[in-house]
Amino acid sequence: MATYLEFIQQNEERDGVRFSWNVWPSSRLEATRMVVPLACLLTPLKERPDLPPVQYEPVLCSRPTCKAVLNPLCQVDYRAKLWACNFCFQRNQFPPAYGGISEVNQPAELMPQFSTIEYMIQEDDLQALKESLQMSLSLLPPDALVGLITFGRMVQVHELSCEGISKSYVFRGTKDLTAKQIQDMLGLTKPAMPMQQARPVQPQEHPFASTRFLQPVHKIDMNLTDLLGELQRDPWPVTQGKRPLRSTGVALSIAVGLLEGTFPNTGARIMLFTGGPPTQGPGMVVGDELKIPIRSWHDIEKDNARFMKKATKHYEMLANRTAANGHCIDIYACALDQTGLLEMKCCANLTGGYMVMGDSFNTSLFKQTFQRIFTKDFNGDFRMAFGATLDVKTSRELKIAGAIGPCVSLNVKGPCVSENELGVGGTSQWKICGLDPTSTLGIYFEVVNQHNAPIPQGGRGAIQFVTHYQHSSTQRRIRVTTIARNWADVQSQLRHIEAAFDQEAAAVLMARLGVFRAESEEGPDVLRWLDRQLIRLCQKFGQYNKEDPTSFRLSDSFSLYPQFMFHLRRSPFLQVFNNSPDESSYYRHHFARQDLTQSLIMIQPILYSYSFHGPPEPVLLDSSSILADRILLMDTFFQIVIYLGETIAQWRKAGYQDMPEYENFKHLLQAPLDDAQEILQARFPMPRYINTEHGGSQARFLLSKVNPSQTHNNLYAWGQETGAPILTDDVSLQVFMDHLKKLAVSSAC
Amino acid sequence: MNVNQSVPPVPSFGQPQPVYPGYHQSSYGGQSGSTAPTIPYGAYNGPVSGYQQTPPQGMSRAPPSSGAPPTSTAQAPCGQAAYGQFGQGDVQNGPSSTVQMQRLPGSQPFGSPLAPVGNQPAVLQPYGPPPTSAQVTAQLSGMQISGAVAPAPPSSGLGYGPPTSLASASGSFPNSGLYGSYPQGQAPPLSQAQGHPGIQTPQRSAPSQASGFTPPASGGPRLPSMTGPLLPGQSFGGPSVSQPNHVSSPPPQALPPGTQMTGPLGPLPPMHSPQQPGYQPQQNGSFGPTRGPQPNYGSPYPAAPTFGSQSGPQPLPPKRLDPDAIPSPIQVIEDDRNNRGTEPFVTGVRGQVPPLVTTNFLVKDQGNASPRYIRCTSYNIPCTSDMAKQAQVPLAAVIKPLARLPPEEASPYVVDHGESGPLRCNRCKAYMCPFMQFIEGGRRFQCCFCSCINDVPPQYFQHLDHTGKRVDAYDRPELSLGSYEFLATVDYCKNSKFPSPPAFIFMIDVSYNAIRTGLVRLLCEELKSLLDFLPREGGAEESAIRVGFVTYNKVLHFYNVKSSLAQPQMMVVSDVADMFVPLLDGFLVNVNESRAVITSLLDQIPEMFADTRETETVFVPVIQAGMEALKAAECAGKLFLFHTSLPIAEAPGKLKNRDDRKLINTDKEKTLFQPQTGAYQTLAKECVAQGCCVDLFLFPNQYVDVATLSVVPQLTGGSVYKYACFQVENDQERFLSDLRRDVQKVVGFDAVMRVRTSTGIRAVDFFGAFYMSNTTDVELAGLDGDKTVTVEFKHDDRLNEESGALLQCALLYTSCAGQRRLRIHNLALNCCTQLADLYRNCETDTLINYMAKFAYRGVLNSPVKAVRDTLITQCAQILACYRKNCASPSSAGQLILPECMKLLPVYLNCVLKSDVLQPGAEITTDDRAYVRQLVTSMDVAETNVFFYPRLLPLTKSPIESTTEPPAVRASEERLSNGDMYLLENGLNLFLWVGASVQQGVVQSLFSVSSFSQITSGLSVLPVLDNPLSKKVRGLIDSLRAQRSRYMKLIVVKQEDKLEMLFKHFLVEDKSLSGGASYVDFLCHMHKEIRQLLS
Repeated sequence: MATYLEFIQQNEERDGVRFSWNVWPSSRLEATRMVVPLACLLTPLKERPDLPPVQYEPVLCSRPTCKAVLNPLCQVDYRAKLWACNFCFQRNQFPPAYGGISEVNQPAELMPQFSTIEYMIQEDDLQALKESLQMSLSLLPPDALVGLITFGRMVQVHELSCEGISKSYVFRGTKDLTAKQIQDMLGLTKPAMPMQQARPVQPQEHPFASTRFLQPVHKIDMNLTDLLGELQRDPWPVTQGKRPLRSTGVALSIAVGLLEGTFPNTGARIMLFTGGPPTQGPGMVVGDELKIPIRSWHDIEKDNARFMKKATKHYEMLANRTAANGHCIDIYACALDQTGLLEMKCCANLTGGYMVMGDSFNTSLFKQTFQRIFTKDFNGDFRMAFGATLDVKTSRELKIAGAIGPCVSLNVKGPCVSENELGVGGTSQWKICGLDPTSTLGIYFEVVNQHNAPIPQGGRGAIQFVTHYQHSSTQRRIRVTTIARNWADVQSQLRHIEAAFDQEAAAVLMARLGVFRAESEEGPDVLRWLDRQLIRLCQKFGQYNKEDPTSFRLSDSFSLYPQFMFHLRRSPFLQVFNNSPDESSYYRHHFARQDLTQSLIMIQPILYSYSFHGPPEPVLLDSSSILADRILLMDTFFQIVIYLGETIAQWRKAGYQDMPEYENFKHLLQAPLDDAQEILQARFPMPRYINTEHGGSQARFLLSKVNPSQTHNNLYAWGQETGAPILTDDVSLQVFMDHLKKLAVSSAC
Repeated sequence: MNVNQSVPPVPSFGQPQPVYPGYHQSSYGGQSGSTAPTIPYGAYNGPVSGYQQTPPQGMSRAPPSSGAPPTSTAQAPCGQAAYGQFGQGDVQNGPSSTVQMQRLPGSQPFGSPLAPVGNQPAVLQPYGPPPTSAQVTAQLSGMQISGAVAPAPPSSGLGYGPPTSLASASGSFPNSGLYGSYPQGQAPPLSQAQGHPGIQTPQRSAPSQASGFTPPASGGPRLPSMTGPLLPGQSFGGPSVSQPNHVSSPPPQALPPGTQMTGPLGPLPPMHSPQQPGYQPQQNGSFGPTRGPQPNYGSPYPAAPTFGSQSGPQPLPPKRLDPDAIPSPIQVIEDDRNNRGTEPFVTGVRGQVPPLVTTNFLVKDQGNASPRYIRCTSYNIPCTSDMAKQAQVPLAAVIKPLARLPPEEASPYVVDHGESGPLRCNRCKAYMCPFMQFIEGGRRFQCCFCSCINDVPPQYFQHLDHTGKRVDAYDRPELSLGSYEFLATVDYCKNSKFPSPPAFIFMIDVSYNAIRTGLVRLLCEELKSLLDFLPREGGAEESAIRVGFVTYNKVLHFYNVKSSLAQPQMMVVSDVADMFVPLLDGFLVNVNESRAVITSLLDQIPEMFADTRETETVFVPVIQAGMEALKAAECAGKLFLFHTSLPIAEAPGKLKNRDDRKLINTDKEKTLFQPQTGAYQTLAKECVAQGCCVDLFLFPNQYVDVATLSVVPQLTGGSVYKYACFQVENDQERFLSDLRRDVQKVVGFDAVMRVRTSTGIRAVDFFGAFYMSNTTDVELAGLDGDKTVTVEFKHDDRLNEESGALLQCALLYTSCAGQRRLRIHNLALNCCTQLADLYRNCETDTLINYMAKFAYRGVLNSPVKAVRDTLITQCAQILACYRKNCASPSSAGQLILPECMKLLPVYLNCVLKSDVLQPGAEITTDDRAYVRQLVTSMDVAETNVFFYPRLLPLTKSPIESTTEPPAVRASEERLSNGDMYLLENGLNLFLWVGASVQQGVVQSLFSVSSFSQITSGLSVLPVLDNPLSKKVRGLIDSLRAQRSRYMKLIVVKQEDKLEMLFKHFLVEDKSLSGGASYVDFLCHMHKEIRQLLS
C-alpha cells in the first residue's frame, strides 16, 4: 500500500502532523498491545505559504469544557444554522459569519523583544561575539526593543537611553534576587499607588523606567553599537589556577526578572551568550578552582557532582518563571570545555529557546547559526513565534497522555486528559514560549475505548490542535489543525493497521520517549526498555515460526524500524560514553524539537558516496561503505563530514585536481563540498563542518557512526576488499539483528 | 562699684546680715559660720546692689552674690571696678546684659548642680533687659567672691557663679546670706546703691584706664554707650518685679546719668592703688593669700605676692578678686616665650619640661623625642602608685607620631636593618633605642624596658668605648636619637606581602540637597586641579596614590575611568543592603594616565544629576563600598565622603532623627553622643582591618546625627569637617581650603601603634581617633600629621628614681608611596619620691588636653554633670595635694597654686564651660558631637587655643610691627570699644570692631565710611592697599596658617546681634550657658580645696 506513504506525506505537508499509527486500534486493550503508542509529531507552525490567515474569530463549541473550534469534521446543519461539535457532540449555533477557519488573525499591540545577555573570555572571541551582536542589530526590525546585560563576576544591566556617560546597573553575581527586588533596584517599580485609587491603570502604559533598559533598536542603534564596542573582558583579575568568575545564574535571573516586570506575556527572547561555566552564585556549576574539573558523566553517576542538583534547580525555577511569562531563553555557549548546558538545558527546553554549542564565538558555526536566527520567511517576517499555547482536543475514544518537546505544561485538566503520562502529561494544554516553523512536539495519546464497546465500521477518531501564538509581526494568531483517522478492529483488521504504521514517525516518537526517560532515569535501563519494546513489536508484527530465527520476516512498513532502533541505541541521545554531560544535553535538546526528517537524520545519519562510478548515491551507514576510491558525505545533523577515501586522498595530495586533464577529479572533489554547502545553508543550528580523509584524526566522526560490520574482531572473516575495519567492541547491525530475531521468535520471552 | 566699695554700704548690709547668717548655716554650713564675720559686708554693699540683680532667680540665692562685690573692692578696687564695671560699662554697655545672663546659668551648673533648671529661666529674664553694664559687672565680681563660700548655696540656685568666689572669701559668704535677705525686704536701699554704681560707670572707665587697661576711647563715646544700657536697665525693671532687688536697681539707672556718675567718682581713686601691686607669682608658684587687708586691695597684694583669699574670719573687709591679680594665661605664655623661646630645646636630658606649646622654639634631638611628638603631663613621675594616687595628677602622654616639623628640624632618619628587620628585644619586643645598654663588650645588650639580656646579632656587633657606649653610637640614629624610622620587612606586612600604594576614593553625595547648594559643582571643579596635589613621598615626581570616584544618593554610582576609555562609564549598584564593588580595573586609576577621562567625569557629574529629585541618602553602604573597593584592590587608602543629610533611605545604617534637646541635663544626655546603631562600629572595624581611613565632610541643613556619622571617621583615624547650612558664596573658601589641606596632607595608612614602657608603669588607657581590638595595640586605618593619641599610664610596680621611666612609641605604618615603615619615638622621664618634684615638672596644657579628652569621652557613659564634677574634684585634689604636701605653710584662706599649674583652674574652667560639657541654647546636638569628636584627637597646642582662645588687639601695636600683637585675656573687660580684635580658637575667627573705632581705621579696613556701614557677619575683608588692611589680612592669613583647619572670618560689630556669638569665646567671663567666670571658678576651686584640706 504505497498509498499510505503518500497519505502520510500528504498529511504532513498539509497539517504538519505524523502519526505513528494512521489507522487506530479501536480498543484500549488492543492499543496497548501495539507496543508503539498512538502518538504524533506535530509541527505547529509548519510553513504553509498557501495558507492565508483568516480574519475571523474562531467559532468555538459552546460547551465550556470543550471549546473545540469549528472544523471541517463537524456535522453542519445548514438549515438550522447549527453545527455539532465532533468532540463532545454539542450542538452549536452558528455565529453570523462562517468560514472554513483554520487560522485566525487578531491584532496585537506588542512587538517582539530581544534581550541579550553576553559574556566572554578571550579577547578575540569577545570581539567576534560583539561583531555578531552588532550585526544582529541590523537584522532586527527597527521597532524591536533590545536590552543588554553583561556578566562576569558581576552582572551589569546596561541603560541604553543615556547620553554621554554610559550607565549600567550592577548586581552581585552571588546573590539571587527576587523579581521584585530586581525591579526595585532597577528603579522599575512605580511608587505604590494609594489603595483607594486602585482603579485599573491602563496596562499599555508600561513603566517608563523600563525604557531605560529596553529600547527600540532604531533609537539606540548607535549607543548599543558603541556600548558593545567598548565592552571589555571582565576586569576582575583571574588568579592563577582559577576559573574566571561567571555569574550566569544571577544574570539570567535578572534578565528574567527584568522582562517579567516590564513585558509579561509578551514575546521576548533572552539570549544568553556564555563562554564558560557559571562559577559562582546560584546556578554555579563548577567552583573556580581549575584543578577541580567540571562534572563528567562519571561524576554524576558516582553522585560526585556537588553543584549539579542545586544549579539545575535554580535554572529550572528560572525556566518555569520565564515560561510563565511567555518569554524564551536561548543559550549560546561557546567554549572548548563544558559550559554547564546540562544544568541550564531546561532554560531552553522549557521555553522553546535555542541552544547552540560551539568551540568559539569566532567560528562560522556560531556566527552563521546566530545569523540564521534572524532569517525571514517569504513574507519578510521572522521565522519565530512567541508565547504559544497548544490546546489539544480529542474525540471521546482518545485521551491525551502527554507531550515531549520544547514546552511546559499549563496544567489544564479535562475530560480528555489521561491518567497515564507519557512525557509531560496531565494536561491538555502546553505553553511553547518560542517556536519556529520546524519546532515539533511529540504528542502521545491513549485509546480509552473499551474492548466491549466496538466502534462502528468506518468510525473516525478526531484530534484538534489549537495553537495560539504571537506572530513575529506582533499579531496574535490561532492555528487550528483538525485531523481524523479511521478506527479499526485489531482482531479483524490487523493488516490495515499494520500497513498504516509510520515506522519513521514511530521511531522518532519512541526515541523521544527514550530520551525523555533517559533524562530522568538511568541510561542502561532506557536501553533495556527500548530493546524490550522492539522485541515485543517484532513479536507482534513479525512473521516467523517459533524458535526459528531464520524464518523471521517483517513487513515493509516495519522493515526499517529495527535498524532505526539499532542506531538510536548507539546515538549520543542515549549513549553518554564519549560525550560530556553538556554534549548530551545539547544533542537531546535538538532531538526533542526537530521535525521528523531532521530527527531521523539524527538517529541514523545519512551517508552519500561519490565516485567515478556513477552519480552520488546514498549508501549504507556501514563500515563497508568506506572505500578507498570513494568520497563520503555524512550528515549527522550536528556534523557534516566529508571523508576522502585513501586513494582519493592520495590523488588529491598528488595534486591531480589541479591538472587540467584531471578536471573530472576536481569536479568529483567539489561535488560533496557543494552538497555539504547546501545542507549547511538550510540547517539550524549550523552543523560542525568536517573535511577529512582516510587516516585523518577527524575521521573518527565517521567511524563512530557507521555500523561496525567490520571490526578488528571479524576483519578476516569478511572480505578484505571492501570497507574499512572499525576498532570497536560494539555490536554490529548484523549481530544486533541476529539477536533480535532470536529473541523475537523465542517463546521464552 | 568703686563707690560701693569705698562707701561700704555696710549699713545696708547690716540689715541683711541677720538674714544672712541664717542663710549660711542652712546652705553653707560650716564655712559660713567661720566666715560669719559680717565684716565683709561693709565692703559689700556696693556690690550687693549689683548682685541683687542676679538673684532674680531665687530670692534667697541671689544674695550670695552680694558677697562678692565686697571682695572686689577689697582686692583691687580699681582694677575690678574699672574692669568690671567701668570697662564693661563703658565699652560694652550692651554686653552687660550678657554678663548677667552668663552668670546665672553658670551659677547653676556650677555651684549648685541641684537647681540648675530653675536658674536658667531666671537667666532669660535678665537677659532681655540688660542692666547697666556697670552694675552687672560689679555684681559679678562681688558675687563671685562671696560665692566662693557659697558654693554650697547651690541651693540658692545662683549656682556656681556667685558663690564661687573664693571669696576671699570666707568673709564674703556671710554676704551671700545677706543677699537672701535682700531681695525680700531691703532691696530698695540697695537698689539705690546699685543705681549709682551703674550710672557711674563712665567715670569708672577712667579708672580702668588708669589700671592699665585698654585706654578707653574718648569720654564722649562712652556716654552714649552708657545711655544705651540704661534703657535696658529700665526694661529690666519689668522682670525685676519678681525679684525685688532687681527692680530696685533699675530705677536708679533710669536716673539721669550725670548724677550717678558723680557718685562713683569718689571711690575710684582707691581702687587704682591696689592694682598696681597686682599679683605676683610666688617662687613655687603658690599664690600667697592676701592677708587680712582684704579691704585694701593694694595692701594685700603687694605685701604678699601670693594671691588668695583670706581666711574668712579675720579679714573683715571682703574683697573682690582682681582679675589682674589672678594668674593670667597671657602672662604665663608671654613669660615662657620670653624665657624659653630663644634657646633651642635640647632633648638630651632626661625629664626636662619642654617650653609651652605657645612658644616658638627649635628642638634638637639628642636622644629623646621632640615635644612635637610627645608631650607628657608630667616629666617627673612618682615612683609609687601611692604617690600618684595621692597627687591625682594624671600621668599621660600626648603623642603625635607623624607630627609635622618646622623646616629647620630634620624629619626622622630612616634606618634599614636589612632582611632581618629592626633589632628588637626578644622578650618585650621593644625596638633598639638609645637607652639600650650594651654589655659584655658589645656582644649583648640589656633591654631598657624589661631588662632582658639579648644577644647582639653578628652583623650589628660593634665595640664599646671606655664609657660603655658603642663606638658607632653617633652614626646610628637608633642609638643616638629620640625619633627615627625603620624600614619594615615583609614580616611586618599584612598577609606577608608588601603593600601596594594606597588609594583615595572620592565619594560624593549627589542628592537634591548637594546639587541645590552647588556643592557638587564646586567640588567637581576643585577636584580637577586638586588631584595634581596628592601627597607624594620625598622627591617623588608623581604621587603613587590612585584615585577612584563614587557618587551616591539612595544608590551608588561607581565610575570606570580607565585611561583607555573615551568616556567614563557609570555603574549603578542599587543593592545597598549587601554592598559590593562592581568593578576593579578602571576604578582606581593613576591620575595622570586617566586625566582626560577623569576630567570628563568631573565635568559630567554635576550635569548628570542636575535634575535629580532624590532627597534620600544612604551612608553605611557608601563607606562599605569604598572599603570593599580597597579590599578588592588589596591596598589601604582613604575615603573622602561628601555628605549632606541624615541617611534615612532603606539600607544598613539607616538613621532616624533623634535629636532631643530635652535630654540635656538629664541622665539620658549621653545618648546624644552615642551612635544610634551598632552598624557603624561594625563597619568601622572592617574598615580598620582593611586600612581604610574615612574623612567625612558634612554639609547639613539640619540634624544629621554627627554622633553616629562620625563613628567611622573617628575609629579609622579620619577627620570630620562640618559646614552647616553650606552656601557656596559664603563657605566655599573654607571648604576648599580644608579640602585641599586634607587631600594634600601626608598620611600613614594601615598603622598600628604600640607604646612600651619600662617596668613599673604601663599604658592603660588611650584617647584619640583609632580603634583597639586588644588592650595594647592602637590600630589606625590612617594617621595624619594632625592626629594625636593620648595615652594614660598607671603604675603596676615601683619605679626607680635612678633609672627613670622610659616610653617607646612604635608606629608601624604604610607611607603614601606604599612603603612599610616603623616610626619610633623614645622618651625618658624622671621619677621622684617627693611630690614637689612632680608638681615642679608638670605641663598644664598637656594636663588639660588629657582631662578634656577624658571628660569628653566620659559624656558617652555618664551624665554630663557627673563628668563636670569629676573634673572639678580631680582638679581640687591635685591642688589640695600640692597645698598640703608642697606649699609652705600658710593660712587656710590662702589659695596656693603650683607654679606649673597655676593656669589649671582657668583652663579647667574653660573645659567645663565648653559646649560639650555645658551647652548653650544655641548649640546644636550635632555641634556638640562634632566638637567632642574633634577634641578627641587634638594635640596640646590645639586644645590650648581651643579652650582658651587667643584675643589679639589690632591697633595697639605700631602698624609697622610685623610680629603678632600681644594677646589680651579673653574677657569682655579687656575689650576697648575704640579698638578691633581678632579672636581665634582654632575653629573660629572673629574680628570684633568696637563701636568707637576711628573712622579712618574703618575706612582703611572695610572701605566704608563709618562703623554703621560695616556689614555685620562679613566673612572677607576687602583687599585694600593700605598698611592697616595689609597688616590685618596678613595677620589673619598667618593665624589660619597655624591651624589645621581653615577658620572662616566673621566680622562682629560691637552691640550687634552677632556679638553674642563672639562673647561665647570670652572664656574668662561668665557664659550665657551658665559657665562660671574665671574669678568665680577660682573662688570655687579654692573652696573645694579648702574643703579637702579641712
